[in-house]
Amino acid sequence: MSKSRSSHIKVSQSHISEKVEALPPSGIRKFFDLLSSIEGVISLGVGEPDFVTPWHICEAAIYSLEKGYTMYTSNKGMPELRAELAKHLDSRFGLTYDPDDEILITVGVSEGLDLAMRAILNPGDEVIMPDPCYVAYPASVSLAGGTPVQVPTNEENNFEIIADDIEPYITQRTKAILLGYPCNPTGAVLSKEELNQIAELAKRYNLLVISDEVYGQLVYGVEHTCLASLSGMRERTILLNGFSKAYAMTGWRIGYAAADREIVGAMTKIHQYTMLCASIMGQTAAIEALKAGDSEVEAMVRDYDRRRRVMVKGFRDIGLSCFEPKGAFYAFPSIKITCMTSEEFAEKLLMEEKVAVVPGSAFGKCGEGYIRCCYATSLPEIEEAIKRIGRFIQKYRKT
Amino acid sequence: MKKILEALEKDARLTPEQISAMTGTTVADVKKAIKKAEEDRVILKYKTVIDWAKSGEEQVWALVEVKVVPQRNVGFDAIAERVYRFPQARSVYLASGTYDLAVLVAGKTMQEVAVFVSEKLATLEAVQGTVTHFILKKYKEDGEILEGGEGVKRLPVTP
Repeated sequence: MSKSRSSHIKVSQSHISEKVEALPPSGIRKFFDLLSSIEGVISLGVGEPDFVTPWHICEAAIYSLEKGYTMYTSNKGMPELRAELAKHLDSRFGLTYDPDDEILITVGVSEGLDLAMRAILNPGDEVIMPDPCYVAYPASVSLAGGTPVQVPTNEENNFEIIADDIEPYITQRTKAILLGYPCNPTGAVLSKEELNQIAELAKRYNLLVISDEVYGQLVYGVEHTCLASLSGMRERTILLNGFSKAYAMTGWRIGYAAADREIVGAMTKIHQYTMLCASIMGQTAAIEALKAGDSEVEAMVRDYDRRRRVMVKGFRDIGLSCFEPKGAFYAFPSIKITCMTSEEFAEKLLMEEKVAVVPGSAFGKCGEGYIRCCYATSLPEIEEAIKRIGRFIQKYRKT
Repeated sequence: MKKILEALEKDARLTPEQISAMTGTTVADVKKAIKKAEEDRVILKYKTVIDWAKSGEEQVWALVEVKVVPQRNVGFDAIAERVYRFPQARSVYLASGTYDLAVLVAGKTMQEVAVFVSEKLATLEAVQGTVTHFILKKYKEDGEILEGGEGVKRLPVTP
């Protein structure tokens, strides 16, 4: 019986979905295997703080475990954490969100991004985003059935995306704009005026804006503007943020989404079936971070700022053009004077000088010719890495 | 200025060139600021935090609580000076609470510390009494954890 059936049913050649097959592997991950086989490497390839989570935050989590807080939480996240977040968003940006149904605790911003895309996109809907951008942005749109549309940005314009750049890319199918500023990988920050113009554009074309502001607290000498705080933007912004970068809590995996209740409701629906809830331990730690973590964040920001200056000056001194990053903890120098592709450069640099950097091309076509270097690394290591890269540049510079 | 001091407090060996890069101040201005801070005694000295126990060198430390009678016009300052002039008194603080002066005393042997406390400190006229706590183990000194310094645990490449 089964034999005769199989003869007229078309048997699929692959067990993997076409959508996933079409997805390129993360350019960051690819590098990892190569790296782990070499010793004595200085890595500027990381994307997380070198600080350990402040002790009072860890201690609060340990205490909660001792008290037996090891269960599920509400799907939306612990009420106390949502209440603290509502307070935090109000005091920092004057934003009012109802902690009951306009804030959702997610497993890092990564989950928040995925939920946002799945909640808003119909097949074929387009989402506009800058190029280069964080590796997960195009993938999260594709996985949700949408089409990522990338708007080139460049060093000459400080890697900023402005309304005039975006407008030509808007079509009938455009559903949203996805922004991540301060930017991973470039360290670019958008000014309030630039954001206001993007906001006007979004209103004119009735677009949503997903704003990933996970690096919002890590800015140097400039003010971070929360997109949702701009006039008329609260109801069309999905604000994504988390604790990983500012509080050095990457491994705890706690993020949040704040938006209008209709959107948060839709995201919560997916979250409750796929994730259930974020870990209670991480949420407890996040409450402590919000209540008493500000002074540590300030101290870390001051520390990053010192290293940022050393790294940028270092790159310029060895002859690399390096845009001054105003946020996050990455420098994005140009390696075009070597005439190598950024992947070639990163691989050769790792083999010859044992310094790991991430090729800019991992973040989009416009990242080609650049490398991402994280300065959340100790100063002596930064100085040594610059020395090695300088030696490498001398050997290979073409112009 | 604060940025320069902060950098130096973390690492006294930083050169003016390094501090210039870290703070975005010119080398000349960094040098000028440091010189002024030294003259104003904002920077008192440049020292090294050493784990003497690990070096094999014997050292005995004690925290001595000292209860004193404050004196007219000079309060605690005069008696504090009598105490801090002894080189054995490595740190001297006026503290609130059940005693007045907190004195950190260092010596080569327990005997040496004991003699200093009983013969020099306790016999001062204004001193009403002392309580000596010998330090059994140092865990953290000037913000540095002495044992089991933890290496970086993050993966070399992360998103």
